[in-house]
Amino acid sequence: MGKLIAQRLGLAVVTLAAFSVLIFAGTEILPGDLASAILANNATPENLAALRHQLHLDLPAYVRFWNWASGVAFHADFGTSLASGQPVLDEIIPRLKNTMFLALAAAIVSVPLSVVLGLTAAIKQGSVYDRLVNVVTLMTISVPEYFMGYILITIFAMQLGWFSPISNVTPEMPFFERILYTILPMSTLVLVVVAHMMRMTRASVLAIMASPYIEMAILKGIPKWRIVVQHALPNALAPIISVIAINLAYLITGVVLAEVVFVYPGLGQFMVDSVSKRDMPMVQGCGLIFAAAYIMLNMIADVLAIMTNPRLRHPR
Amino acid sequence: MSELEYLKNQHKLGRLSRREFMGRSAALGASAATIATMVAEVDAHAEETPKSGGTLKLGLGGGSTTDSVDVTSYNDSVMIDTSPAIFNSIVEWGHDGKTKPELAESWEAKPGAQEWIFNLRKDVKFHNGKAMTADDVIYSLNLHRGESKSGGAAAIKNVKDIKKLTDNQISILLESADADFTYNLTDYHMKVVPNGFTDWANPIGTGAYTIEKFEPGVRVLLKKANGDYWKKDRGHADSIEITVINDGAARLNAVISGQVDAINRVDPKAVGLLQKSSKLDLVRAPGGWHTVMAMTVDQAPYTNADLRLAMKYAMDREQIMKALFQGYGQIGNDHPIPKTDPYFNTELAVRKHDPDKATFYFKKAGLTDPKIVLQVSDAAFNGAVDMATLLQSSCQKSGIPMDVKKESADGFWSNVWLKGAFVASYWGGRAAATQMLDTAYQAKAAWNETHWNNEKFEKLLRDAKAETDEAKRKSYIWEMQAMLSDEGGALIPVFKDWLQAGSKKIGGLAPTSGFDMNNGYVCEQAWVKA
Repeated sequence: MGKLIAQRLGLAVVTLAAFSVLIFAGTEILPGDLASAILANNATPENLAALRHQLHLDLPAYVRFWNWASGVAFHADFGTSLASGQPVLDEIIPRLKNTMFLALAAAIVSVPLSVVLGLTAAIKQGSVYDRLVNVVTLMTISVPEYFMGYILITIFAMQLGWFSPISNVTPEMPFFERILYTILPMSTLVLVVVAHMMRMTRASVLAIMASPYIEMAILKGIPKWRIVVQHALPNALAPIISVIAINLAYLITGVVLAEVVFVYPGLGQFMVDSVSKRDMPMVQGCGLIFAAAYIMLNMIADVLAIMTNPRLRHPR
Repeated sequence: MSELEYLKNQHKLGRLSRREFMGRSAALGASAATIATMVAEVDAHAEETPKSGGTLKLGLGGGSTTDSVDVTSYNDSVMIDTSPAIFNSIVEWGHDGKTKPELAESWEAKPGAQEWIFNLRKDVKFHNGKAMTADDVIYSLNLHRGESKSGGAAAIKNVKDIKKLTDNQISILLESADADFTYNLTDYHMKVVPNGFTDWANPIGTGAYTIEKFEPGVRVLLKKANGDYWKKDRGHADSIEITVINDGAARLNAVISGQVDAINRVDPKAVGLLQKSSKLDLVRAPGGWHTVMAMTVDQAPYTNADLRLAMKYAMDREQIMKALFQGYGQIGNDHPIPKTDPYFNTELAVRKHDPDKATFYFKKAGLTDPKIVLQVSDAAFNGAVDMATLLQSSCQKSGIPMDVKKESADGFWSNVWLKGAFVASYWGGRAAATQMLDTAYQAKAAWNETHWNNEKFEKLLRDAKAETDEAKRKSYIWEMQAMLSDEGGALIPVFKDWLQAGSKKIGGLAPTSGFDMNNGYVCEQAWVKA
C-alpha cells in the first residue's frame, strides 16, 4: 500500500513538471504580450520597446522558462508579477484563500447533500421522491452558473433583501459576516455540482443493487435501507469518490463565472485578468496551483478508491 | 426627452444660460411646468453645499488585477478615478471642458505658443510634509518623456525641454507651436509626485487622500490625508471605498441595493430600470468617446474617394445608435470632434443614411471586384462586431459587397489595429480638438489609423495650433472637420454618452464630457449627504 502511494506521488510530480512545460508553452503561443496588452491603443513603438525591455520580454523563451521553472522548483519562488512588480505568491495567496473558503463551504454542503440525496433516491427508486430529486437536480445543472447566480441575486438579494448582491469579502471581515456574504455564491455552486454527484451515487448504488449477493440479502429479508447503506454503498464508493474529486477540483478551478457575477475576489477571476493582460508569471503561477489541485484531488481519490476496494490493489 | 436632458445638463454645467435653456426647451415642446421643474432642479443642484465626513462608496467597472498606482500605467476607469484622489495635476480639466488651474496657479504662452511659463502654487505640501516645488513637477513630467513606458508619452511628445526658472516657476519649450498645450497636461497620466519618487506601493502625492488599502482588481480604500487639503472646497468624505465591479449587472445591482453610492458605465439598456428607482439619479453626459471604422486611404480599394463616400452614405447611423447605445449618444459625422467641443462645427450637416446615393457613388467608383473586408473584434469596444454586421447589412441594401472578418480579441490591438486596411477601433476623445486631430489624423502621427495624408489639412492643423486668435482658429478647425467628413477614411457613426448613476444620498456627481465620474475627479468632488 505504501509503495503504491509513493508511486502515485512520484507520478503526480512528473505530471506537474510536464504540466509546467505545457503552461509555459501555452502562454508563449498567445498572440501579443504584456507590453502591448497594457498599452492597448496607447502604444507607440518607443514606449512599447521600453516596456518590453523593462519586463525582460526581449529574452529568448527558453531562458525565461528556465529562470521561471528553476525558481519554482528549487526556491519555491514563483517570480514577480510583470504588471505590479509584486511577488506572485504574495498576490496569489490571499486570492487562493478566498477561493478555498468558497470551495470548502460549497463542498461541506454539497458532498453530504448529494450523497444523501443519491442514497435516498436509490432506496426509493421509481417513487415520486426519486423522480422529483432527479428532475430538480437536472434542472439546476442545466442552468448556466452565471444565470443561476443572477436568479439567486434577483430573488434573495434584490427582491427579499436577505443577502448582499455582491460578495466582495475582505480579509478583515468577521467570520460570521463572511459566511453571510458567501452564502449566495456558495449556493450557486452547490446547485451546479449537486446533480452530478447525486446522480453518480444513485447510479452506482443501483448498479450494485442488481448483483446476485444483493438479491440474496433481499431474499434473507434484510430491510432495504440496510442493504443499500451496508451492502451496496461500500462497493459503490470508488466511482462516487472519483466523481466527488472531479467536482471538488471544479469548485477550486472552474468558478470564474460565479466570481464575476458575485464580484467575489477569488483566484479564477485573477487568472482571467492575468491572461488578458499577458502577465505570464501570474498565469503560470495560477496554472500550476490549479494543476496541483487537480492532480492532488485525483490522487487522493485514487488512493481512497483502492483502499475501499481491495480488488483494485491487484490490477490484472 | 433625451434632447431636453441634454439641454438640462448643459444648463447645469453653465454652458447654457437660463434664458437660453428655457427658450430652447420650449422650442422642443416641453411644457412650462416641466421647464420650471427642471430649472428648479438645476438651481437646487447648484445651491447644495457639500457636507464633510462619511464614507463614499463607489462601484467602478474598468479595473483589473494588474492595476498599479504607478502614474505611467493607467489605462482604465478604476485607476483614472482613483489617482486624482491621491495626486494632483498641474492643470485640471474643468466640468465645462476648459482647463483651469490646479497645481499651477497661472500660466502664459510666449508669443507663438511655443514656449509656456507655468507659475506653481507655493502653499502645497506632499503627504510627507515636503513642499511641492518646480523640481517635483519637472521630475513628474519627465516620467512620461524619453525612454518611457508611459501611456501618457504621446500626450507630451511635443515637449522639447522643461526648464526650472525659480522654485515655483517652470518653462516648457515645445517642438512646434501649440496654443492648446495646457489641454495635454490634463491627460490622466500627468500627476505630480515628489522628485525622484519610485515607491509606487506607498504612493505620496499632494491629493486629498492617501491609500489605506490597495487590492488591485478588488478594491481601493482611501483615507483623508493628515492636515488640511490645500483645496478648501474639495475632499469632503472622510474615507472612500472603491469596489471594482466589472460585471455590468452586478454593478447595477450594487447601486440599486445601496451597497455602493455611485457607479460608472451604466448599461444603456438598463437606464429604464434605473429611472424607476426613486433613490437614484442618472448622470448622463455627452462626450468625446467615439467608435471608428477606419479605412486606410492609401490602400486599395479605399484609395477611391467615391467608395469612401458610398460607405458613408450606406452607413445607417440612427440604426447603430439605437441598436448599440439605445439612443444614449450623439450621431457622428465622420470626424472625431464631439458636439461638446467648443470648436465643433455646428454648420456641417450630418450625413443622412441614403442607400440611393450610396449606390450612386459605388457605381461611380467603378470598381469591378472591390474586396471590402472589415476586421473587427469586441476587443475594440463592446458591440463592435454588431456594429460591423449592421454596416454590412445596410451596405447590402445599396449593392455594396462587404464582408466582416471577426478577429480574435487577444492581441487585437497589436496584430490587427494599424495593420489592417479596414479595421474597427475607438477613441476616448481628447481634451482639445487640435489634440484629437493631431493624435489620429496628422500624417506623421503613430496612430494615424486611416493613413490620412493631405497637405492642405496638415497646414490647417499647424496653423490652428499656432493661432491664438479665436475666430481664425475656429475657421481652421471647422474646415478640417468638413474635410474629414467629406474625404476622410474614418466612418464615425456615433459618440457615446457617459452614463453614471448615483444615489440621492450623495452630492457632487456631475455630468462631464471628458471622462466618466467627474472627469475622474469624483473622489474629491462628491460628498455624502446623510
